[in-house]
Amino acid sequence: MKAFLKYREIWLLAAIVVLIGLISTRFPAFADPGNLRQVFNDTSILMILALGQMVVILTRSIDLSMASNLCFTGMVVAMLNAAHPAIPIPLLIVVALLVGLVLGAINGLLVWRLNIPSIVVTLGTLTIYRGATFVLSGGAWVNADKMSPDFIGFQRAAFLGIPVLSWIAILVIGLFFVLMTRTALGRSIYAIGVNPTASVYAGIDVGRTKFIVFCISGMIGGLSGYLWISRYVIASVEVANGYELNIIAACVIGGISIAGGIGSVGGAVLGALFLGIISNALPVINISPFWQMAISGSAIILAVVLNARGERQQGRIILRKVEA
Amino acid sequence: MTDIPAPRRIPDRLDKPFRSAIFSWEALLVVVAVAIFAINSFASPYFLDPYSLSDLTFNFTEKGLIAFAMALLIISGEIDLSVAAIIALASTMMGMAVQAGAGTPVLVAIGIVVGLGCGAFNGLLVTRLGLPSIVVTIGTMSLFRGIAFIILGDQAYKGYPSSFAFFGQGYVWWVVSFELVLFLIAAVVYWFLLHRTSFGRRVFAIGNNPIAAQFSGVRVGRTKFLLFCLTGLMSGIASVLITSRLGSTRPSIAQGYELEVITMVVLGGVSILGGAGSIVGVVLAAFIMGLVTFGLGLLNVPGIVMSIFIGLLLIIVIALPIVWRRLRGGR
Repeated sequence: MKAFLKYREIWLLAAIVVLIGLISTRFPAFADPGNLRQVFNDTSILMILALGQMVVILTRSIDLSMASNLCFTGMVVAMLNAAHPAIPIPLLIVVALLVGLVLGAINGLLVWRLNIPSIVVTLGTLTIYRGATFVLSGGAWVNADKMSPDFIGFQRAAFLGIPVLSWIAILVIGLFFVLMTRTALGRSIYAIGVNPTASVYAGIDVGRTKFIVFCISGMIGGLSGYLWISRYVIASVEVANGYELNIIAACVIGGISIAGGIGSVGGAVLGALFLGIISNALPVINISPFWQMAISGSAIILAVVLNARGERQQGRIILRKVEA
Repeated sequence: MTDIPAPRRIPDRLDKPFRSAIFSWEALLVVVAVAIFAINSFASPYFLDPYSLSDLTFNFTEKGLIAFAMALLIISGEIDLSVAAIIALASTMMGMAVQAGAGTPVLVAIGIVVGLGCGAFNGLLVTRLGLPSIVVTIGTMSLFRGIAFIILGDQAYKGYPSSFAFFGQGYVWWVVSFELVLFLIAAVVYWFLLHRTSFGRRVFAIGNNPIAAQFSGVRVGRTKFLLFCLTGLMSGIASVLITSRLGSTRPSIAQGYELEVITMVVLGGVSILGGAGSIVGVVLAAFIMGLVTFGLGLLNVPGIVMSIFIGLLLIIVIALPIVWRRLRGGR
């Protein structure tokens, strides 16, 4: 039982339950299973993005370009759909994954081959990808009336009573769970974050693994691009502007250490859900949505204060650092 | 074996020999700046005009002021992503004061004090609780701007006194704006602080090796706290300038400035890993970014396309020396 309570995810889950409890004292219907399913669906894209960001942060890197990647890829698939409505949706999703992969690989190559710190690389590509969206679209929007009914309807179709979007999120969560806990790549990702030097001696190619995590976050960005555009049915240069920080916030609240090596799939999902519940709850309990930003800011600070307390107790660095 | 960092060398002498100065980062930036200046004056007949050039300076003075303090902070191994949010909060507070009938001196004081207070709040969280600054300031970034949104919602504050307009719109002499003068004074002050005082040496020492610095008797926590306060203070000053220039406050004011400020600092040759950098580089980078945005603006290039150039410039300028070194064989 004591070991059970050590898991940060348990505390986060408890915080979420308390949060839902508090909201339902003001608005009882909020805790209704149907509504909670809706909240899950609303948060799906953020959860997927947070998982992509998580693997990057675990290796002591950061990907600030995810939202811009989402914006660019979303524009690509929206324009593709508007020009050729006959292209089936699964093929469009493959296109989105590939475009995202290319954008992520650019980040990864710069980090891997040129050894530029990831925060600098993705700060640059953050503006480049969003700018490229403008060049691609000429500043025009792709509106709902130009998108095919399939394009909009695909993620809304219900399967076993749950929208496809939620199923995609569940699938991605499952894939990441397998990746992080059942594969050598997942273990390498953790190892690099805990101690890059020891990882090199253990035979892990640190640079290549970093390249791979940026490819993963790129593909996630691309997938989210399609999901975002078909959900909010508008593709423009402004899509998801500044959203990269929400993604990182979800990770931080989920207990993923920005110093790398600490974090779990469950944490990232719960962190995203926490933010999703807040943004869903504010309107129903009659708090102006303008409060949301300050509340999530406070949640981030609180989460990092609590996480730091937990991290300090672990003696996780066992080898002397070689760097000065 | 790509990821083991080599131990950094700290120069014993601050003054570099002439030969290494030619190949320095600053020299590269001067070349880039001159090239962009030349391209601009060929590309647009309106560029080489005193009034155009004066307008140009408004593109970088406000961000540049913050970039100086941010440079010191990044050299010490920390970062502050909340600077634009501090601008928004300070501006909102000034707007509230105007509503209450405050005069110009009070407004300036409020802007600066709010900035300083926000910086101190960041500094306390980072140094007292030992938290990573990138996460803390992502949090305070939402918090500070969030407070501005709570206060203002979708409204705007207007009606600033006419004497307040001087800070952002006034000229000291001919085409030399007050903002430019302030920028140049700050450049000299920060150059002196970083390169000619023991405080500056301590900042470098902390950035290169905080533990060694601690054992050498440097009060690491206090120094970092002061740097966060400085960054907050400069954001407060920038807030006064921007609010005065725009004459109104919306909660979305200065959105995205934090990334532009950091781009400026990194472009200026400050190592994002800490421990290296110079104020001269940051001044040059500020000019370059101003030149690029203004030159493209004269050619009717939309702002979003300009950002592509800024992003490319950042990556290329960082990548060039690395590629160059590799081509010459040494690694």
